[in-house]
Amino acid sequence: MRLPLLALLARGPAHGYELKQDLEQLLGSAYPQPNVGQVYVTLGRLEKSGLIEGEEVEQSSRPNKKIYHLTDAGREALRAWYEETADEPRVRDEFFMKLALAPQTGLADQIALINKQRRQYLNTMRNLSKLAAAENRDNRISQLLIEGAMLHLQADLDWLERCQEELE
Amino acid sequence: MNAAADPVPGPHTTSDPVPLLRAEGLVKTHYGEGAPAHAVRGVDLAVRKGEFVAVTGPSGAGKSTLLHLLGGLQRPDAGSIWLDGECTDGYGEARWAVERRRRIGIVFQFFNLVSNLSVADNVELPALLAGVSPRQARAERELLLDELGLKDKERSMPGELSGGEQQRVALARALVNHPPLLLADEPAGSLDSKGTREVTRLLSRFHQRGQTIVLVTHDARLASAADRVISFFDGRIADDAELGGAPSRAPGISGVLELKD
Repeated sequence: MRLPLLALLARGPAHGYELKQDLEQLLGSAYPQPNVGQVYVTLGRLEKSGLIEGEEVEQSSRPNKKIYHLTDAGREALRAWYEETADEPRVRDEFFMKLALAPQTGLADQIALINKQRRQYLNTMRNLSKLAAAENRDNRISQLLIEGAMLHLQADLDWLERCQEELE
Repeated sequence: MNAAADPVPGPHTTSDPVPLLRAEGLVKTHYGEGAPAHAVRGVDLAVRKGEFVAVTGPSGAGKSTLLHLLGGLQRPDAGSIWLDGECTDGYGEARWAVERRRRIGIVFQFFNLVSNLSVADNVELPALLAGVSPRQARAERELLLDELGLKDKERSMPGELSGGEQQRVALARALVNHPPLLLADEPAGSLDSKGTREVTRLLSRFHQRGQTIVLVTHDARLASAADRVISFFDGRIADDAELGGAPSRAPGISGVLELKD
């Protein structure tokens, strides 16, 4: 969550709770309940590494809040983030290992493994569909995130199908 | 859809003992050039009223043949099909054609609309063929097209519509006689991602109102709208899974979407 927080701060100074709300609004229900504690911990680490700076602001009748802003080093880190491309998603390597090794162990049947895994993916797919239906249709970022997850899962399911065709 | 117009004798429950559709020992082999293709190799299946069942599997697994057998579009080499408890062994072509107007609605991958009839006429035709009065047919058509967001396309010809719109017309046509069973053969097979979502949404909506649906698809997104998914491989049922049971302990959605620190 480090870099997304830096990216939010590129727009201007903000305090932790604001950042949590910004993330929530941007990503909608596709983002599982941003944990405010995690946001504060990450901000602390970013400050320690000099990428952001916090300033205590006094509030009457409430505890002080800390407003963070991006440092030059932070802006540089963000620029570097945008320079590089992201890693490809990885093949489900744990499942693949189970499948590849199953015949040698004599403990599991490959087709039964595939069926079990497919059930789980289908249930997740169903939950994603429900999430997409429940989410605000106008939140394009959130809808795209869910659609991306569904397309990945579709690919995993297609691959299970290939495994089943080959191994049956 | 139109519950008030449905003469339902007494309350019916979802745990109805007689399945709406039952198949036993279905076998179908295609003899063409080359080796015979064993499309369906011994399938037993029961679909209860109100169920939404998806059949998925690789192309060539025989899932479309299975659907065609269930709709009487092809006849099995062996095995039997019961509609609402009634054995269809003795049905001829004509009887199946009647059932496809009354008890079974079908949508296909390539829509199969009558190209020289308007959208409105395409939807009204099966109602008129089933002996519904022209007035009633028009009323049903208006209701459905309105519901499917096609009110302003009534006078269009099928060729003037997008794929997604044509599939919605096909859906209206399939449902105009309130068939208890809807069969869908790759209904999103020639649609883009947006069209697929649209069809998924509509099938879910009709299902929520009690429509029984059997869907054949290779699209997992569409299949996951169903509450039961049958995996079909090499002419046989490889797995038959109820979806939406107890939430699994697996990371599931949040694992897919979570931002990692």
